[in-house]
Amino acid sequence: MYFLKRTLLIFPILLLISFISFSLVRLAPGGPFDGERKTSPEIERNLRAKYHLDESFPQQYLRYLGGLLHGDLGPSLKYRNHTVNDVIRQALPVSMTLGFLAFLFAWGTGVPLGFISAVYRGRWPDHLGNLIALLAVCVPGFVVGPILLMVFAVHWHLFPVALWDSPSHAVLPTVALGLYFAGKIARLTREGVSNVLPSEFIKAARAKGLSDFSLLVRHVLPLAILPVVSYSGPMLADLLTGSFVVENIFQIPGIGVFMVNSSINLDYPMITGLVLLYAALLLALNLMVDALGAWLDPRIRYE
Amino acid sequence: MSHGASPLTTDTPRRLQPVLVAVLVWLLGFCGGCEVASKPDLAIINGAEPESLDPALITAQPDTRLVLAMFAGLTRNDPKTGAAIPDLASSWDISPDSKTYIFHLRPKLRWSTGGPLTSADVVYSWRRVLDPITAATYAGQLLFLKGAEAFNGGKNRDPSSLGVKALDKQTLQVDLVNPTPFFLELCASQIYCVVPAHAIEKYGDRWIKQQPVPVSGAYQLEFWRINDKIRFRRNPNYWDAANTRNELVDVYPIGSDKAALNLYEAGQIDIVWDKELVPSELVDLLLQRPDFHRFDYLGTYFIRLNVTRKPLDDPRVRQALALVIDKKRLVEKITRGGERPASNMTPAGIPHYTPPTGLGYDPVRARRLLAEAGYPGGHGFPVFHYLYNAAAGGGAKTHEKIGVELKEMWRQELGLTVELQRMESKIYWATMDALDYETCRSSWVGDYNDPNTFLDLFMSNNGNNRTGWKNPRYDALMNRANSERNVEARMTLLRQAEKLLVEDEMPVVPLFFYAGINYFDERKITGIYNNVLDVHPLNAIAKLAGRPAGRVTAMSAPTLPKPAALP
Repeated sequence: MYFLKRTLLIFPILLLISFISFSLVRLAPGGPFDGERKTSPEIERNLRAKYHLDESFPQQYLRYLGGLLHGDLGPSLKYRNHTVNDVIRQALPVSMTLGFLAFLFAWGTGVPLGFISAVYRGRWPDHLGNLIALLAVCVPGFVVGPILLMVFAVHWHLFPVALWDSPSHAVLPTVALGLYFAGKIARLTREGVSNVLPSEFIKAARAKGLSDFSLLVRHVLPLAILPVVSYSGPMLADLLTGSFVVENIFQIPGIGVFMVNSSINLDYPMITGLVLLYAALLLALNLMVDALGAWLDPRIRYE
Repeated sequence: MSHGASPLTTDTPRRLQPVLVAVLVWLLGFCGGCEVASKPDLAIINGAEPESLDPALITAQPDTRLVLAMFAGLTRNDPKTGAAIPDLASSWDISPDSKTYIFHLRPKLRWSTGGPLTSADVVYSWRRVLDPITAATYAGQLLFLKGAEAFNGGKNRDPSSLGVKALDKQTLQVDLVNPTPFFLELCASQIYCVVPAHAIEKYGDRWIKQQPVPVSGAYQLEFWRINDKIRFRRNPNYWDAANTRNELVDVYPIGSDKAALNLYEAGQIDIVWDKELVPSELVDLLLQRPDFHRFDYLGTYFIRLNVTRKPLDDPRVRQALALVIDKKRLVEKITRGGERPASNMTPAGIPHYTPPTGLGYDPVRARRLLAEAGYPGGHGFPVFHYLYNAAAGGGAKTHEKIGVELKEMWRQELGLTVELQRMESKIYWATMDALDYETCRSSWVGDYNDPNTFLDLFMSNNGNNRTGWKNPRYDALMNRANSERNVEARMTLLRQAEKLLVEDEMPVVPLFFYAGINYFDERKITGIYNNVLDVHPLNAIAKLAGRPAGRVTAMSAPTLPKPAALP
């Protein structure tokens, strides 16, 4: 019941977001057809008429909502042969694939790292783990990306320098994109494990004679990663919608570059469409993560 | 007590199984999608993702190179000189008053998808550009045609009023407003290209995405993946297909200079042909390599001065500002890409034209002029702004560095205080349009090889003027030049106009002429010649080594038809 309500709530929220982004982009100074070459007033008028920008604001918004009902996010004003749907259809799967690989990388490295840190709390593996996690969180993608590129592609020729073709093309971007999140996850895991370890049920399990390993893996880990699970929702939304920096460095045909460039280009429908896409993903993933959390931990009950 | 005894500890792995399976399937799907790509004959990095591949819609120069591979006009650019040579038209007659052209199309022209290509297609293509419904940004390039202005502005809806008519299937009559000496060259530009009426009427704006796209030029579009790759395949129906030297050409839409250089160095790319794709930090070092080619190019970097703002309304003040700029320093210390200092607007290399010398560098005279204008030593001169745009991508801060230099030169030599003002590009252009600035960075790239493409900007009614400068004498000189049929007399008039612009009045201060740069190994690639228009017809380019076996390797330069003699 609770989740049904939250699912239904997504739609009014998206409506509100569409209204806000639709109006905000139109308030920005400059216009989509301003350029190095001034278009004559006649041509500018033709352009505005073609894209219905000559209509009143409510008319434009209603027209946009009408399109939304049919799943049509409108034309791109910059890439005039493509619609926003075209761009999403081509670029989103690429970003999602890369994002998901980075997600797996972040989990696969972050959880063990944090776990080891917590188990060896206060000893050298903890300090080392903390340092690695701290570095991963602090060094931004636009530094990590070029360094990986220099070392593994340009210098050692282990991986391609750019583009999106074979699986080996995905390795460096995955690491560049996932490293920050791996650091975050390591720290969350460490906190989680440290909080669970002193629990009474752990003492009880130990008293029953369980080995350290099965105790940690079977009893501590599932509870300790709950904060990581709830963090995974927004993290996944972030990762799946692409990264401007990483896509730019490795020339990956994803959606992240469009997110940034559409605002620079004042490509109104593209900005609004991509904001909506991001919002929808974020809302849906948060919901999924909450559901997953409730399912993993019986202590969590909504309502 | 023990929460740990809940089902989650033992069941979790089993419960997660379907999730894991889904993930594996997704990843396998990703790898399965990695096609075994057929190797192209030529791989080129062209510049950022094209806005469009529709000749009527594109505005950016890199996009024109792709469009011209697919669509042909009545003429095309000679790969060596860039001059107009016959393409779809084999010859033409020009009337004595130079205002009427009769074009004769080649016999048996065909679209790539079959079907005859006739003069009616040319009429359709030009009308389409001018039609207000198309909303072509570059329609201005067709306003040389009779009736074009009224038709494009929506004042006359009758398309038959336009100065382009099909006399029969192979003959075309074109009527111009003025004798336009560069008209044949305009016919080679993308906006004059011939596009398929049938497909456009059927699919509307999406015609260029419906396979197969009927093309009139040397290459067909095999696929177009946004921000990823564009593949061209030779069009066997192009009239000159025998001289198209590659079957398959891949174009990578890459806007990042560093990625372009990395891919080129890794040997994956044969040609990188945009000066924006040379990392600016390395440009001086790279230019020393034999595979980096620098050439003069029809582009000028200059400052606009808003003459409607005091004290910039005084020509002496504007001259003073210009005279203290050490342009040599700008190109040697900041741009470093082989640019040439400029004291006038039109770059060298335009046939028959000798530009005026301009003002040069003379701080003593500048201080005197400023004093005459009432600001000795800069006293009483208000603080003013220098506006520039954040370059797209944000990598090279060339505009900002130039701004910093200018600020220092104006402060040191004239005692003026300048504040730098940076804006996002779209806002910067809107600000410039609204004349809401004092001084701002500007640039212009010529559309055709004639002084008019630089000088008509500053006519009073030109939308690209953007300085508030209106000069009846300038307008009169330009109008006289453009109705003058004698080449010498015309060039003299244009020179007088430019002298007025860059010596006496100075609503603009030219800083330097751009240099073009492309990189490719001359031992492997042939058919690229550097010309001021920076046009390199794709069908003339060939790779000498590493071609797939079994195909003839063309070693000699292609033989291109000689231009028809003008009557």
